Amino acid sequence: MQSKRKIRVLIAKPGLDSHDRGAKVVARALRDAGMEVIYTGLRQTPEQIVETALQEDVNVIGLSILSGAHKALFPRIMELLKRRGLTDVMVFAGGIIPEEDIPEMKKIGIKEVFGPGTPTDKIIQSVLDSVQREPKA
Amino acid sequence: MTKIKDIAQGVLAGDRRSIAKAITIVENNAAEAQKLIALLYAHTGKAQIIGLTGPGGSGKSTLIEKIVREYRRKGKTVGVIAVDPTSPFTGGAFLGDRIRMQELSTDEGVFIRSMATRNYLGGIAKATKDAVKILDAAGKDIILVETVGAGQSEVEIIKVAQTIVVIHAPGLGDEIQAIKAGLMEIADIFVVNKADRENADKAVTDIQAILQLNNKEKAWKPPVLKTVALSGDGVPQLIEKIEEHRVFLEREKELRRKLWKAEAELTEAIKEKVVTSIIEELKREGKFEELLQRILEREIDSASAAEKLLQEKLRKHR
Amino acid sequence: MFDEKKTQEIKQERERWEKTTLPKWIRQCPECKSEFRNHSGVLIKRVYTPEDVKGLDYMQDLGFPGEYPFTRGVHATMYRGRLWTMRMFAGYGTAEQTNQRFKYLLREGETGLSTAFDYPTIMGYDSDHPMAAGEVGVCGVAVSSLRDMEILFDGIPLDKVTTSMTINGPSSMLLAMYVAVGDKQGVPREKLGGTTQNDNLKEFFAQKLCIFPPKPSVKLTTDIIEYCARHLPRWNPVSISGYHIREAGATALQELAFTLYDGIAYVESTMKRGLKVDDFAHRLSFFFASHSDFFEEIAKFRAARRLWAKIMRERFHAKNPRSMWMRMHVQTSGCTLTAQQPLNNIIRTTIQALAAVLGGTQSLHTNSFDEALCLPTEEAVRVALRTQQIIAHESGVTNTVDPLAGSYYTEALTNEMEEKTMEYIQKVDDMGGAAVAIEKGFFQKEIADSAYQYQREIEDKKRTIVGLNDFTIEEEECPIELLRVDPKVEKEQIIRLQKLRNERDSRKVKEALEKLHYTAEKDENLMPTIIEAVKAYATLGEITDVLRKVYGEYKELIVI
Repeated sequence: MQSKRKIRVLIAKPGLDSHDRGAKVVARALRDAGMEVIYTGLRQTPEQIVETALQEDVNVIGLSILSGAHKALFPRIMELLKRRGLTDVMVFAGGIIPEEDIPEMKKIGIKEVFGPGTPTDKIIQSVLDSVQREPKA
Repeated sequence: MTKIKDIAQGVLAGDRRSIAKAITIVENNAAEAQKLIALLYAHTGKAQIIGLTGPGGSGKSTLIEKIVREYRRKGKTVGVIAVDPTSPFTGGAFLGDRIRMQELSTDEGVFIRSMATRNYLGGIAKATKDAVKILDAAGKDIILVETVGAGQSEVEIIKVAQTIVVIHAPGLGDEIQAIKAGLMEIADIFVVNKADRENADKAVTDIQAILQLNNKEKAWKPPVLKTVALSGDGVPQLIEKIEEHRVFLEREKELRRKLWKAEAELTEAIKEKVVTSIIEELKREGKFEELLQRILEREIDSASAAEKLLQEKLRKHR
Repeated sequence: MFDEKKTQEIKQERERWEKTTLPKWIRQCPECKSEFRNHSGVLIKRVYTPEDVKGLDYMQDLGFPGEYPFTRGVHATMYRGRLWTMRMFAGYGTAEQTNQRFKYLLREGETGLSTAFDYPTIMGYDSDHPMAAGEVGVCGVAVSSLRDMEILFDGIPLDKVTTSMTINGPSSMLLAMYVAVGDKQGVPREKLGGTTQNDNLKEFFAQKLCIFPPKPSVKLTTDIIEYCARHLPRWNPVSISGYHIREAGATALQELAFTLYDGIAYVESTMKRGLKVDDFAHRLSFFFASHSDFFEEIAKFRAARRLWAKIMRERFHAKNPRSMWMRMHVQTSGCTLTAQQPLNNIIRTTIQALAAVLGGTQSLHTNSFDEALCLPTEEAVRVALRTQQIIAHESGVTNTVDPLAGSYYTEALTNEMEEKTMEYIQKVDDMGGAAVAIEKGFFQKEIADSAYQYQREIEDKKRTIVGLNDFTIEEEECPIELLRVDPKVEKEQIIRLQKLRNERDSRKVKEALEKLHYTAEKDENLMPTIIEAVKAYATLGEITDVLRKVYGEYKELIVI
């Protein structure tokens, strides 16, 4: 019998990008996989995202961005997470993030980048694997 | 255990990370939850707890955001717990209530947490109550608990509150039937939101009519207020009413305390009077001294002696 | 179209064919699915015959091109007289950079301009606003003031081109700037031609770029419709859009139904102001996607024309045939493109463009093959433009009007789309209209469900996407150099804005903004006051902030 502990995921859309089809499909897929998904809507600032992750004590943050502004926004988010002590939260990203930017994203702490066309099953498995690997105290 | 102690200390200091972790504990681990609450319990009982519920489409979340802002304006700190249903099929939940309050996430005086019902038998009510205690111990002046009010468990959750506000809006289809029967009975304040709509006044009178039937003997007659959450109209008046209710409860509590005290005193007084008069009578009749001797000579024990003495007396009073 | 007797004969023959010829084929080569359905859920038959169109009346249902019900096209000669406008959506970086891209595209043969603005501009923020950080010029051109607009159209005479601007909330401001540039160039206002997307309703459930709540948003849209009817006769004030609805995950049917309903809502809101339908309806234009299912899309475009013509005549009693025309711009579908094996996208775009042409579009944008990776490079956008040119000049499909008319499949599908769309329209009517449906989350739920189903079909391999879930390759290699927007752009824009603020007459700006506030509170048409404000070089952000104060900001209803 599984433990009562549920995986809590924050799906966030930083910046002004308004394409939320993918974020919503992923949110729904994660919910259907038994997770608790907090979705905070469009146009979130890095501060709002980090504060939400802290208050909701999430295991995972999924950042969705298609506008190209990831290079400016993601480092800010990762820095704030560090500052607030949320280093055990797994962060993944999705949307339009060119292949050549991925190493830089991983360097600042983004665990995985799921490009366009990534099956939701793969995302779900990734989340399950990473939460298993680092059980939160 | 030190981890729990650390978290408890963090909660008491108002540290947001500790509050978050504490709530996770009460959601997930009954044994640890008990230890944690035990450490915090002494520091609870100060916060004012308000439950807000209503059907989807009533504008509840928008109204709550305005309520929080109003309390913040008055210098109060606020905790918000937003409860959403867990899917019985997948076990997952979509927690989207805080979207209306996102600008408040970065306000240090506000703590918002989303909780899923998780379909425990009676379990969510306990987890929510514990989460409320945590926010209370962390020093929040006001704690708002928000539910949809659709299922039985949600009706249970809302009972954690001292003041229960039921929010409705005109044009939601089923009108008043949309308010679950259980809620009609326990609501302390009704709000018709989106009051700038056409049938708002009718919604108000409909609710008032039902209340007339139900609340004949109650001391607090639930008022029906109008708000327009989008503009904030009616929100200060709602806060005032909530405050009125709090004062009413205090008075009720005070009244009950006085009653209890008076009852205790009277009982004591009666006890004393009864005992004294019976013993005096027994002494006058000489029976008291007689039995006292027999007790000393170990012919009879005191219980049997008392029974003998009182048999007649009590028979007289039957 | 066929008489009863003949149809009966054909029916009998078909039944014979199903009993005799068909079974042995099925035994040898069973059909790969038990049911063939398109994404809208319409059941597709094995073979279509005259039986499927037996009720079709040529004059009533098809007519001749340029005549009611316009199923075959809004113009009598269509592409034999004039090709569709090749209008490539473009914009990035600074106004100078986009001005260069505009000129490049015009040189390469495009016949109309289409402007993509960056997110801050779309949301009414100046390039130096905190919310704009990291986003300036990244997915469109940054326009914070009239100065940027002047640079954007430098060297481009506005009486010689038509310009489409993809802008919604701040449409009034951007249109005002365009008018101001036209004034400066000495072009008479009656000659200014172009389109503002200005379809605020769909923002609430599809593109999500809403700034203000629904009521003031519709007011702003209607302001522009009214203003154009009186002062800008060649301007299309609104491009009622289905593209974004489709991209958000809707089916072709939902795209058609919800778009038409938005159109109905705008006609109603404009008529409420006292204008007669024939005063403005001829300038309403539409914008659809062209998606993967070739025949479904063609049917959709034809059904759209017939439906709109009927709606305008029967529901709104338009008398002028031009009020019944549905003129459309089409964009090939972005969400069908893959990041995997990007060159495949050229083929997808070609098929989708062909469907749009066979569907009779007036204007077309073809996506570049690198859309799933970044903004289009010059090379990629050239290929996209050439796609249109090859269809136009080499394929021969333009030699006749509405070539697929009479195809049993096409006509049956067109009829089915019309019928099912009317059911949706009735449903929203019963609900109380577009605003109520949006508030109840009806459109949002329909779209979210379709989006989720589509994704499940891909993951369950019920829907093949070449290169993505089938015919994949191990090592993907990016065939081109990606377009990256220089982060310097943001710094440059900020300096430019500061310079502007220092150089302009701040008293004039203050007065203009105050006047705008006053006019907005009085609920008058804001266009004249906004034109004044932009001419005083008030910035986009300053103007939008005034409106934010008056109208408030919108928080979306989330439905997954």
